[in-house]
Amino acid sequence: MSQFRIPGKGRVDHAKTVRFAFDNREYTGLRGDTVASALLAHGVHLMGRSFKYHRPRGPVTADSAEPNALIGTSRGPGRFEPNTRATVQELREGLICESQNRLGALSFDFGAVNDALYPLFPAGFYYKTFMWPRSFWDKLYEPVIRRAAGLGRAPSEVDPDTYASRYLHADLLVVGAGPSGLMAALEAARAGVRVTLVDENAEMGGALLSDPGVEIDGRPAWDWLDATLAELASLGVRLMTRTTAIGYYHQNMIGLCQKLTDHLDEIADNAPRERMWRVRATRVVLAQGALEKPLVFHGNDRPGVMLAGAAQTYLHRYGVKVGTRAVIVTSHDSAYHAAFDLAAAGTRIVAIVETRAAPPETLRAEARVRGIELLAGHTVTGTRGRLRVASVTVNPVQGGRVGEPRMIHCDCLLMSGGWTPSLHLFSHTKGSLQWDAESNTFLPGRMTENCHIAGAGRGLWGFEAALTDGAKAGADAARALGNEAKAAPLSVAHDRPGTGESHRELPTDRRSSRVRAFIDFQNDVTAKDIRLAVREGMRSIEHVKRYTTNGMATDQGKMSNINGLMIAADAVGKAPPEVGLTTFRPPYTPTTFGAFAGYHRGATFEVTRRTPIDPWAEANGAVFEPVSLWRRAWYFPKGGEDMEAAVARECRATRASVGIFDASTLGKIEVAGPDAVEFMNRMYTNPWTKLAPGRCRYGVLLGEDGYIRDDGVIGRLSDELFHVTTTTGGAPRVLNMMEDYLQTEWPDLDVWLTSTTEQWATVALNGPNARKVLEGLVEGVDLSAEAMPHMSVAECRVAGFPARLFRLSFTGELGFEINVPARHGLALWEALMEAGRPHDITPYGTETMHVLRAEKGFIIVGQDTDGTVAPEDAGLGWAIGKKKPDFVGKRSLARPDLVAPGRKQLVGLLTEDGGVKLEEGAQIVLDPDQPLPMKMVGHVTSSYHSATLGRSIAMALIEGGHDMEGRDVYLPMPDGTHRARITSTAFYDPDGSRLKL
Amino acid sequence: MLLIHCPYCDETLPELEFAYAGEAHIARPEDPSTMSDEEWRDFLFIRSNPKGPHFERWRHVHGCARFFNAVRDTVSDRFLLTYKAGEPRPDLASLEAAQ
Repeated sequence: MSQFRIPGKGRVDHAKTVRFAFDNREYTGLRGDTVASALLAHGVHLMGRSFKYHRPRGPVTADSAEPNALIGTSRGPGRFEPNTRATVQELREGLICESQNRLGALSFDFGAVNDALYPLFPAGFYYKTFMWPRSFWDKLYEPVIRRAAGLGRAPSEVDPDTYASRYLHADLLVVGAGPSGLMAALEAARAGVRVTLVDENAEMGGALLSDPGVEIDGRPAWDWLDATLAELASLGVRLMTRTTAIGYYHQNMIGLCQKLTDHLDEIADNAPRERMWRVRATRVVLAQGALEKPLVFHGNDRPGVMLAGAAQTYLHRYGVKVGTRAVIVTSHDSAYHAAFDLAAAGTRIVAIVETRAAPPETLRAEARVRGIELLAGHTVTGTRGRLRVASVTVNPVQGGRVGEPRMIHCDCLLMSGGWTPSLHLFSHTKGSLQWDAESNTFLPGRMTENCHIAGAGRGLWGFEAALTDGAKAGADAARALGNEAKAAPLSVAHDRPGTGESHRELPTDRRSSRVRAFIDFQNDVTAKDIRLAVREGMRSIEHVKRYTTNGMATDQGKMSNINGLMIAADAVGKAPPEVGLTTFRPPYTPTTFGAFAGYHRGATFEVTRRTPIDPWAEANGAVFEPVSLWRRAWYFPKGGEDMEAAVARECRATRASVGIFDASTLGKIEVAGPDAVEFMNRMYTNPWTKLAPGRCRYGVLLGEDGYIRDDGVIGRLSDELFHVTTTTGGAPRVLNMMEDYLQTEWPDLDVWLTSTTEQWATVALNGPNARKVLEGLVEGVDLSAEAMPHMSVAECRVAGFPARLFRLSFTGELGFEINVPARHGLALWEALMEAGRPHDITPYGTETMHVLRAEKGFIIVGQDTDGTVAPEDAGLGWAIGKKKPDFVGKRSLARPDLVAPGRKQLVGLLTEDGGVKLEEGAQIVLDPDQPLPMKMVGHVTSSYHSATLGRSIAMALIEGGHDMEGRDVYLPMPDGTHRARITSTAFYDPDGSRLKL
Repeated sequence: MLLIHCPYCDETLPELEFAYAGEAHIARPEDPSTMSDEEWRDFLFIRSNPKGPHFERWRHVHGCARFFNAVRDTVSDRFLLTYKAGEPRPDLASLEAAQ
C-alpha cells in the first residue's frame, strides 16, 4: 500500500483491491475508490492537460463539478467514453483509462508550446485572428482549430449498450441525499408521504461522508447515516444512488439519469447501462448543497492545487492523503477543518495562509494547539513546480499593499474561496435569484414551481443548520400535500459552522500582464481574459461569457461562474447583482446521448408502418424505402438486376401488359353525413354537387393561403358518403385540417370524418390488360368501358371479398384500384397475381409508380410542389370550381402575389442529351455565361430515366415557365453545364387515348 | 413537459397528448370575397405574438380529438385557463387577478 493511503480509513473496502490501468500503466485501488482517489493514493496528481494551453492539470475537486481530471474510459469495442470525470468514475476491475488533450506523453506534451505563447492567445483570440483572408478558413484555420480544440476524442464505433427510460410519479422528490435531503425525506416519509430520494453519488450521505467526527442525536455521523437510511428504506422511500437530477422542467417534471453498470466489474447481457427517468412530482425538495469556490491567483491550476473540501473528502471517504506537506490558502473557516483533519492523519500542514486579517479566535487557537503556522492577512502570489506544485509564494497584505514574498515548500496547496449554493436546478425553473451582500453570493429567491430549497443550497452552513432546515422542508412539503407533520428537534455535537469572505483575484505583486490566475480551469479562462473582454466592450455578463468562454465548459460554470461574475462586475464598475448571472441550463452534469435516446434507436427509433401486403413483398425480394412512417416496396429486382434495370422492366411491363402495385398506404378519409357534399365543396377546390354517386374526381386541397396542400382521387359512394384519398404522408394533416374547419368554423354542418387508411388494403392494377386480369374475380359490377368508365367507383365483391372498386389511373394506362378490408389484402393480392399470370402480371414498386406518373406529368404534392405553389402554377387551374362562392384558399388565389407575373410554374424539361438524367434540386439559369452569382430562375423537381420514351425526362418549377415552352435553359452542375428545353409536362400519350380502353 | 387540462375530457394530461393549433379567436370571415387584400392579409398572417397571456388553440389530438381554447402565459409557459371552443374570450384582468 502506498504512503498516501491510510490503512483502515475511509469508506473504501481495504480488503478488496481492484486493478486498473491509466495511460498504459497498471495500478491498484480499493473497492469504493474513484479513479481520482485511487491515483491520488499512488501520489499521482497529474491526470490531464488543459484545453487551450495544454497545461498540466490534476483533480481540483472530489465530485461531479470536476473541470480538470477528464479521462477517457474503455470497456472494449464501442464502449469508449471520452471526458469522464476521474472524480466520479468508480473503480472497477480491469478499467482502462487514458488522459486527454495531449500531443505526446502526459508528462511531456508538445501542445504545451501554446502555454509559452500565451500572450498570443487572449480572450476572443479566434474571433480576432481567423477573420481573414477568407479563403484560409476552410483549408487552414478550421482543420487546425478543430484538431487543437475539443475535449477528448469522440468514439467512432456504434454504442453496443442499451439505455432504458421510465416514468415515475412521486408525491415528493428530494434531490440530494446530504444532511438536508436525508432529513427532508425522513420527515416527509414519517408523515406518510410517498417519497423518492435521489443522489448522484455512489452512496448517500453527502457532506456527512466527509465529516465523520460530527455527532447527531448522540451518534457518530456514519452510525446516524446508517440508521437513517435503514429507516427511510423501512418507510418505503425509493432510494436512488448514482442518479443525477439533470434538469428541472415545467410543472415539477424532473429528469433523472441513473447510472446502472459503469461501476460493475461484469455486466449482465442486455443490462441497460443507464436509465432516464421522467419524474412528475407533486412537490420537490432541492437539497443540492453548495459548491466550494477556488481562489484566483497566479498558478492556481497546478497539479497538487485543489479545493480544501476535496482534500477532506479524499481523506475521510477514501482514506487518501493528497500530500505530505500541505499549505492551506483560504478565505473561509471550512478549510481550517480540512487542515486539522489532515494534520491528525499525518500530513504536515506547513502553513495556513488566511486572506482575512482577523480569522475567528477559536480557529486561531486550534491552529496554535496543533503547531500550525497561521499567516493571517496574507495572499498567494504564485506557485512553482513543473508537473506538481513544489512551492507556493505568500506575501503579507497591509492596507492594500502587497509586502515581501516568502516561498514555502509543499506538495499540495489546498484552497477555499468559500461556498456558493448549487443553484442549477432552481435556475432551470426560472426562479429568481437574490444577491446576498453578506455572503457575496446569489441565493434562491422567488419560486415558480412547487418546490422547497433546503440547507447549504440556500446559503446555510453547518450540519445543525442543514439538518434542521431539511427537516423543516420535509415537514413543509408533507403539510402542503395534506399530511400532518412537525419536524422533530435534532442535537448536533462537534458541528463545524463557519463563515468567510469573497474575493476577486487575490492581491498580487506581479505585473498584471504576467499573472495567470485561472477562473475556468477547463476552458483556460483567466481573470485577465475577463477584464480584457470588458475593456473590449463586453458589458453584458452573457457577452463576457461567450467572448471568453467562461462557464461554457462541461462543468457548466460550477467552479467559475461566481468568480467570473465578481471580476466582471469589478471591471464594469457595477455591483454583482446589477451585472447578473448567466443562465444555467440543463443538463446539470454531462449526460450521454444514449440516455436521452433511450429505446429510440435502430429498429425502434420510430414506428414502422407496414401494409398487409408487406410480407409478400419481403418474401419476393422487394427493396424497401421509407415513405413517412411507412416502409414501401421500392422495386422488385429479379436475377441480379440493379435498380435502374428493375424499374425499366417494371415500367415496360406495365405499359405493355399489366402491373400490380400495393397502394395501401394511400391516406383514406370517409366523409359522411347529410352535409357531406357541402363540406367537400367548402374544403376542396373542385365542385362536388354535381358529381353523381358512382363517379370520382381528382380533388385539390389548398391551405387558406392558396397554396396546394394535398391532392387525391375522391369517390362519391352515395349522396352522403365520400371516399377521400390523400397522399401517403398527408393523411393525418388533411384529417386534422378537416376536423379543424368542421369543429371550429362550421360546427353547424352535420358531417362525420373517419380515418380509414388502415381499414382498407388497396391494390392498383394498371396496364392494357388490367381489365382482363380483374374481370374473372369481380362480382356485382359490369367492368365494361361503357358501364364503368374512367373515374368511376363501385361497391362490389372482388375475389370474394367486399370491395370498393375505383377505375382511375395514376399511370396513364387503364387502371383500377381495389380496396378490400385490410385483413383480406394479402389474399386479394395473391388472387390477382394468380389471375394475372397469363398476362405476365408484374409487381412494381414506388419508383416505377413515380416514373409512370412523371411520364404523364402527374404531380406529387411535396415533390413537385413545396408549399408555395398555387394550383395555376402547377397547371391545375382546371380543378378549381370557379363558380363556387367560397372554398378554403379561394380568396387567396386573388392575392396580389398570386396573380403577379413571374411566378414559378411547373413545366417539363428535356435535356439536349437524352442520356443525361438531371439531379432533382438542380438550379436553372437562363444564361450560362453570366457572371457569378448567377440569377437562378428555378429548379428541377422530378427527374427520371424513362424506359418508355428511351430518354430522360424531368419536371421543373421555373419563373414564368408556362410562357417559355420551347425555350432552352441551362443547369450548371459540377460535371458541366447541361442544356435543356422547356416542354409540356405530358411526355407520354398527351391526349390520354390509352385511358379509353 | 406541460400538463394540460382538456375542457372536454375534464382531465389534466401530459402535453404529449396535445397539439398546438395557433392563435385563438380568429374567426374565418363569413364571406372572404368581400375582403380587401389588406383585410385578408391580416386574417391570414397577422398574429398578436404577445409577451404574456396568449389566447391560443390546442387540440387533444391523442385523446378526444377536440379543438379547444387556452390562455397561456408566453413568459412563464403556464396555462392560466383552458375552455371549450365557441365559448367567449375570457376577461384577462379577472383571470390574472385570480392567479
